[in-house]
Amino acid sequence: MTRTAQAGAPLTGRALADAKRRRTRKLAQGPFTPWLFLAPYLLLFIAFVVLPTLLGLWISLHQWDYTLPRQPFVGLENYAQLFDSDSLTSEPFWTSMRATFIFSIFSVPLLLVIPFAVALLMNQKFPGRNFFRAVYFAPYVLGVAVIGLLWRYLLDNNIGMVNYYLGRLGLPDDTAWTTTVPAAWVALIGVTVWWTLGFNAVIYLAALQDIPAELYEAAKVDGANGWQQFVNVTVPGMRPILAFVTMITIIASANMFGQSYIMTQGGPGRETRTAIFQIAETGLRNFKMGDAAAMSYVLTVFLIILSIFVFWIFRERRDKVVDNAAARKDF
Amino acid sequence: MAVCAVGLASAVAMTGCSGGGTQQDTASEFTGEYDGPDVELSYWNGFTGGDGPFMQQMVDQFMEEHDNITIESNTVEWGDYYQRLPAAVTAGEGPDVGVMHLDQLATMAARNVIVPVDDLAETLKLSADDFTEEVWDAGVYQDQRYGIPLDVHSLAMYYNTEHFAAAGITDAPTDAASFEEALTKLQAAGFQTPFWSPALWPGHLMFLSLLWQNGGQPYAEDESEATFNSEEGVEALSWQRSLVDEGFSPADVAIDSQYVAFKNGQTSITWDGIWQINDLTESGLPFAAAPIPAIGNEPAVWANSHNFYLPRQTQADDNKVNAAKVFIAWMSEHSGDWAGSGMIPARESVRQSGVLDGTVQGPIAERIDDMRFLPPIPGIGTVQSETLEMAVSDAVLGRAEPEEALSRQAEQATKLMEENRASFGE
Repeated sequence: MTRTAQAGAPLTGRALADAKRRRTRKLAQGPFTPWLFLAPYLLLFIAFVVLPTLLGLWISLHQWDYTLPRQPFVGLENYAQLFDSDSLTSEPFWTSMRATFIFSIFSVPLLLVIPFAVALLMNQKFPGRNFFRAVYFAPYVLGVAVIGLLWRYLLDNNIGMVNYYLGRLGLPDDTAWTTTVPAAWVALIGVTVWWTLGFNAVIYLAALQDIPAELYEAAKVDGANGWQQFVNVTVPGMRPILAFVTMITIIASANMFGQSYIMTQGGPGRETRTAIFQIAETGLRNFKMGDAAAMSYVLTVFLIILSIFVFWIFRERRDKVVDNAAARKDF
Repeated sequence: MAVCAVGLASAVAMTGCSGGGTQQDTASEFTGEYDGPDVELSYWNGFTGGDGPFMQQMVDQFMEEHDNITIESNTVEWGDYYQRLPAAVTAGEGPDVGVMHLDQLATMAARNVIVPVDDLAETLKLSADDFTEEVWDAGVYQDQRYGIPLDVHSLAMYYNTEHFAAAGITDAPTDAASFEEALTKLQAAGFQTPFWSPALWPGHLMFLSLLWQNGGQPYAEDESEATFNSEEGVEALSWQRSLVDEGFSPADVAIDSQYVAFKNGQTSITWDGIWQINDLTESGLPFAAAPIPAIGNEPAVWANSHNFYLPRQTQADDNKVNAAKVFIAWMSEHSGDWAGSGMIPARESVRQSGVLDGTVQGPIAERIDDMRFLPPIPGIGTVQSETLEMAVSDAVLGRAEPEEALSRQAEQATKLMEENRASFGE
């Protein structure tokens, strides 16, 4: 907010006067002017988003193997097969959708709450604060291949160090972290939280630092204790950022692929093959582009419904804030 | 948020854009020599392991002997290789020459990724009697030859010689009884889990070997159905699981861990490909290799073969094609050097020339007639990874009974094969 105000400030001065003068002089703006301004990005957007999206829709209506001379049109059959439990594509696909769901339902709340706590902690003044901030963010700079391989060996139930040290501590040391469910989910979700919590924490931290100190002072003057300050100042101040973090975390979770690809190979069986994993496998490895495109669109529909829901939740709350503000004004 | 899924669809779409392409016949007559202008050939392979440096050494030697041909090697892991090659060739960005596995030739030929090389085989005077029948025949798809075999490589039994000495085992086990006896002795000598049964790679290769040993076949000869759920298959998979139940193997052996454990001396015996020989030698582990024992009725072992191929070109350059053929011919003639990579040369004349004397793979090469190869069915790779490997993994992990896992996946495999037949238009 403050940034836009600052950027806008100079305009009110000389620049605005100049602009006004220019406008009064001559500014017959053609109908294409806005399009010209949009053009550089619009071209990229059309070439790399709109056209492929439409082509993807077209492909999903065919039995499409790009290495074969013919791509027979099959209408909605690829979609119908996804909903026909006897077909080859349906069971693996819905198993993978379930995997994505299981992963998201556990990882999203954890990735919203834990980084928040970390950010609150990192927002305190204490010696070595910058060091700890760096430590929490550090795993995020590693690529998925690095963390995947690292944890695959650490978590291996026969040769890994995790079970070894659990055993030394007198805890059960025979959990098969990568070859049984639900242990594999605990491993995948745990590793993902460890890996990405730094990113969410940094965003939270920036938002925390954006909450004006005056609000806390005012709250203190009103006699609010720590908890009351948190509930009435910190949380409302974080609301817009919370919406943003929720959205990107859901997107990231729905896109989960690398962790299970490397750590569990989708196993045991297909249990931890996520939707994106299954789509990539079907389309790019098994050359069934039509089926893969249809799967992508089904996944898209689910994600659209989910995003509408998330938007609805956060808009509802914002309305409430406005209501409260209005109520306060009346008061 | 919707963008992510659509984004993937568009990745699919973009590779789909280039499409089609026309059937190209073998290029101009090959003379066996290349004396045209300087050419640079891009050469694709998947030798990422201990075999990689050897291949580069051979390539360098070839370039020394051929001033007008430069070879640009591009080495990608095999798994990605088979995904990338069709895309590259379809987009007109493929290599000029490459190497692929025998069991991929039919699929790639059906996908119009590679072109026939019958004339090359003729010029090289390669004929069936210099190869084992299965290697030679598997390179043929619809009456045309697509691959020039470089080597064969099979599973082998590696064992820790120190462990064997400590357990008082003098000879490598050769059948079910002696194998179990060895395992029991090893356990008695304090090696708690002497033979780990992997749920993923190379579990399915062990399964195929055992299935063949029992006299079964994974796929029907007329390519109409999957038969790996036969009695022989159930017996094979039950044996793999029994290793866990009887305590010779720990449960839940995850990917690669049996090999790492073997290298660390945590387990005494492992079955893996002979391409690991150099890696094990370098690790300093006291080990030896032997043919895998005949657990079933007759000796048999899964094997594969590296084959040279020529990819389809959207714009054929006769010079490049001829230079590529010179390269393949030279490689085939020098396949004896390739034995240094741990592989077994495919040509009998080369094998008999003494290049295998004293090598680790020597004793395994002697049993080349026991080697079994997957049949050349287009699309068989997908069938394997989506069905057979799933069944092996489920049963070894104890998630399903071998019979149940195999029959469920065999049913899927048969459906997949039907679908493949339809799409490859046979």
